[in-house]
This record gives sequence, C-alpha cells and structure tokens, in this order.
Amino acid sequence: MNGTKMRVERLSAYYGKTKAISEISVGFPERKVSAIIGPSGCGKSTLIRCLNRMHETLPRTRVEGQILLDGEDILELDPVHVRRRVGMVFQKPNPFVTMSIYDNVSVALRFNGRHSREDTDKAVVRSLQQAALWEEVKDRVDAPALSLSGGQQQRLCIARALAAEPEVLLMDEPCSALDPVATAKIEGLVNELKNSYTVIIVTHNMQQAGRVADYTAFLYLGKLVEVGATADLFERPKERLTEQYITGRFG
Amino acid sequence: MDRPTPSSPTPRGPRRSRHWGDLIFAGLVGLGGAGVLVLVFAILGVLLYQSGLSFRAFGWQFVIGTQWDVRDNIYGVVPFVSGTLITSAIALVIGFPLAVGSAIFLTTQAPRWMRGPVGTVIELLAAIPSVVYGFWGLYVLGPYMRTNVEPALHRYLGWTGAFNGPATGTDILTAGVILAVMVIPTISAISRETLAAVPISQREAALSLGATNWETTRVAIVPYARSGIFGATILGLGRALGETMAVTMTIGNRDAVPTSFFSQGQTIASLIANELTNSNGPLQYSAIIEAGLILLFISLLVNVLARLLLWRVLRVTGGSTE
Repeated sequence: MNGTKMRVERLSAYYGKTKAISEISVGFPERKVSAIIGPSGCGKSTLIRCLNRMHETLPRTRVEGQILLDGEDILELDPVHVRRRVGMVFQKPNPFVTMSIYDNVSVALRFNGRHSREDTDKAVVRSLQQAALWEEVKDRVDAPALSLSGGQQQRLCIARALAAEPEVLLMDEPCSALDPVATAKIEGLVNELKNSYTVIIVTHNMQQAGRVADYTAFLYLGKLVEVGATADLFERPKERLTEQYITGRFG
Repeated sequence: MDRPTPSSPTPRGPRRSRHWGDLIFAGLVGLGGAGVLVLVFAILGVLLYQSGLSFRAFGWQFVIGTQWDVRDNIYGVVPFVSGTLITSAIALVIGFPLAVGSAIFLTTQAPRWMRGPVGTVIELLAAIPSVVYGFWGLYVLGPYMRTNVEPALHRYLGWTGAFNGPATGTDILTAGVILAVMVIPTISAISRETLAAVPISQREAALSLGATNWETTRVAIVPYARSGIFGATILGLGRALGETMAVTMTIGNRDAVPTSFFSQGQTIASLIANELTNSNGPLQYSAIIEAGLILLFISLLVNVLARLLLWRVLRVTGGSTE
C-alpha cells in the first residue's frame, strides 16, 4: 500500500450560488490510478478541476475545504506553482494550434524557467516517448500540431503535461472525443504512467475505470457515495446507489 | 461531356425551382449582387476616363513626378503619395500599440465589470465625426504640438534630420497623430472580438501547465488571435489612407514632398478635397482624378498584400482563419 499523495477534506465547490460538489473527503494513493465515476452532472469534473485550482479560473466560482498535496493545503499556495506540480489533460485535445509538435511540448519548459537547447531537446523526446507518440512523430516534430489525428493530439497533450515534470497527472475524460483504437492506446499509456506518476482520471465509462484504475470513487449529485479498490467497488458495492449505477439502472 | 449517361448514379432535379417566390427572390438578390459590381466598375470607369487627359500629358512621369505646379501645369503625384503613406505610417506606429494593448487589457486583464463599459467608450471614438477630429486637431492638438511636443522632439531627435524645420503644429506629424486616434477604435474593437473568441480550452491549456497570466496571454491567446489582429490593422490602415476631412484641416496643405515630420504636406485625399472643386483647368482637374485613381490602387494593393501575407502565415503554421 502506497502513501496518500493527494487528499481532499470536506471539499465543496460552487458556481455562483450553485453547489456543484458538497463536502467530499477522499484520498488519492501515490503512483496508483484513481478513477472518479458517476453520471453526468455529478460533479466529477468539478472535483478534478479543484485539484489543480483550475475550477477557480472561471468567473464566480468558489472552493471551501482543504486540498492536501503531500500534506500541504494547495489552497494556501500560489496556483501557478500548484499547476506545475499537478498537470492536467482535458476532455478534448487542446494543443496550441499555432505551434509545432515540438513547441507544444517544449512550451511547458519555458514556463518553468530557461533551459538550454540540449536539455529542451532531451525533455521533448523523453516526454513524447512517455506519451507513446515519439515513434509516430520523430521524423516531423516541426510539423503543425494540428496535422496530427485526434488520438495523437491527445497523446501530444499528455506529453506536454509530462514535460513539466508534474507529480500528479489529472485526466478529465481524456478519451471522450476519441475512437476505440485511440482510446485503447491512451488506456495502455495510463497503465504505464502510474509507475512514475500519481494519476487521477475522470471517466463516464465504467469499463474504462475497470480497465485502468486501482481505486475508484463513485460520485452522485455532488456527493461521494463510495470509494474503494476498483474490483471491490464493481463486484461487491457497499451502497445500493453504487450497485444500481454500475448495473446500469440509471446514469 | 455534360450529357447524362445511364451509369450516372445521381439523378438531377430541375435546374431551377419552379416556385414563383423563389424566382422573385433569386431575381432580387441577383440584382443586388450585380448592382454592386456595376457600381464598382462604373466608378473605376469614370476615374479612368477622366484621368485620360493627364495620363496622355504626363504618362508615367505623373507617378514619379515630385512637382505639382499649378502655374506651369506640371503635375506629379509623389508629394501626395508620400504624404499619404507617411501620415498613415505615423497613425499605425502610434495607434497599433495603443489599440492592441487596450484590446488585450480588456480581454485578459481587466475586471469583468470594466470590460463592457470601457470597450464601449473606445468604440465611441469611431462615432465622433471626422470634422470634429479636424476641429480638435486644429485648435487643441495643433497648438499643443507646436508649443510642447515638437520643440521637445527637435531637441532630442533633431540630429536624425526628420524633426527639423519650424514647429507649426499644422503639419504631417499632427495629421498622423490625429489619424492614430481615429484608427484606434477600428483596430481595438476588432482585435477585442478576435481575442474574446479564442477558445477557453487554449487558455486552460496554458494555465494548466503553470503559465502565469502574462505567459498565457503571450503563448496561447495572442498567437491564436493574430490573424484577426492583423486583419483589424489592415482595416485601420484603410481608414487612415482614405481619411479626408481631419487631415485636410491639420496637415497644412502644401503641394510639396515632405522633408521632415514638421513639413506642411498633403495627402491624396486632402488634395482632392482642397483642389478638385476649384481647379484651374481641365488638365489639373484630370490630374487630381488620376491621383484619386492611384489612391484606389494603393488601397487595393494593401488589401491584396495583406491577404497574401495572411494566407502564407496560416498555411505555414496553422491557426484560426478568422
């Protein structure tokens, strides 16, 4: 059993007066994949967006509670520094459209201070390798990012996030815009990534949670219903609501 | 070759709709489209026809001639082309940073409550009639330029040779500054729209990598909007090239090639405003018309070059086509 890398305590998040998640407390173990599942509108995206303080970049949003990274409350820290330690991959691939493949990956290094050309080259290659994209693009890293397919673009976004050398990688439904083949590649990648990173993934796809996650948390109407080892949660759910959801009776 | 063959898989419907309403509608909008084309060519035709006298008299000498001599009836357009280009350049050099800066500020830095009202105030600059700008330039800006700005420029930048001569306040520089104020609302408003249309996903991509506000703007937002900002600038330039009244009132109206920013000068537009209605004879009249034709070509050239440049930039590096 690994230690807990991130932990939220009585976390609530608001959009204006609407409370999207309510007093959630849950831990995310180090170098494991944790999945957050639940029906649309249950607050799973809001929860994950709190973990790198992206939630509060939208107008009229608010967060209450604690979000601990290595025991330190990130709500007390500079969000810019938090986001360098907690990277994120979004639902739709969002490479920088005016940039080449190379620049998309190296841009994260620029935010982290100056690096020599040699270091940057190495980091770009390493990140693209980690994102299982290097073999496909090694001959054309100067091509526009938009010349890649959707699945490749999403792996490019993963490489970009990894280039910043985060400790935690957040993935907000990273496969929802991808076809099954591209989805399988990303899932394989997630299994690799947990050797080096703590991964937290939001998914609306229960099979995906079953395939990639060590732990799964089930959210419903902004509340945490149940959390546990993935196999336990799917095979022996403790809550009636969880059982109803995973057997497809709602959601 | 258009003959339908039996193997042709798509059966063709009737070429035109048989509904009366559709026919009338098609006719009306067709008339509108044709009418605009006819207008453009009619204007071009009249300009070409009326400049014929001058073109036969001077040929290409008109385009490269630096003299505009009403007494000897020798006409060259260089004084006005240079006046037009220099004042427009001043307008862009001063106006572009202010306009784009205000657009970036309003879309990325300003508190939300401030964005609408301040944006509206900037756009209000476009609602001021150009004769009012001219009036303000003549009685407020001009005297201030004469007593404060121009002596200072001469003291510190006189060694360049471009800021010499008597400071009058009615000159190329004052006209350029007035134009700068006039192009700001155009460039600012359109840049602001393009910047506001940058998808939030691009902004979040940068923020999630630990970019600061400034880095997000520089890396994700401005590059995405650059083609729109470029287009806005070209529109602003178009306004500066053709602006007449405010320039006529502030530029000093002298038919000579400017030798300094403090020279009195003339743009093509101000030349037409000043001299067309009281020209001394058919040759001068025709020469003024030909100058107008050249202004039309300059505007056209700017637009075509801008499109080519934009197309090249987007083809090489991708980006929004808006």
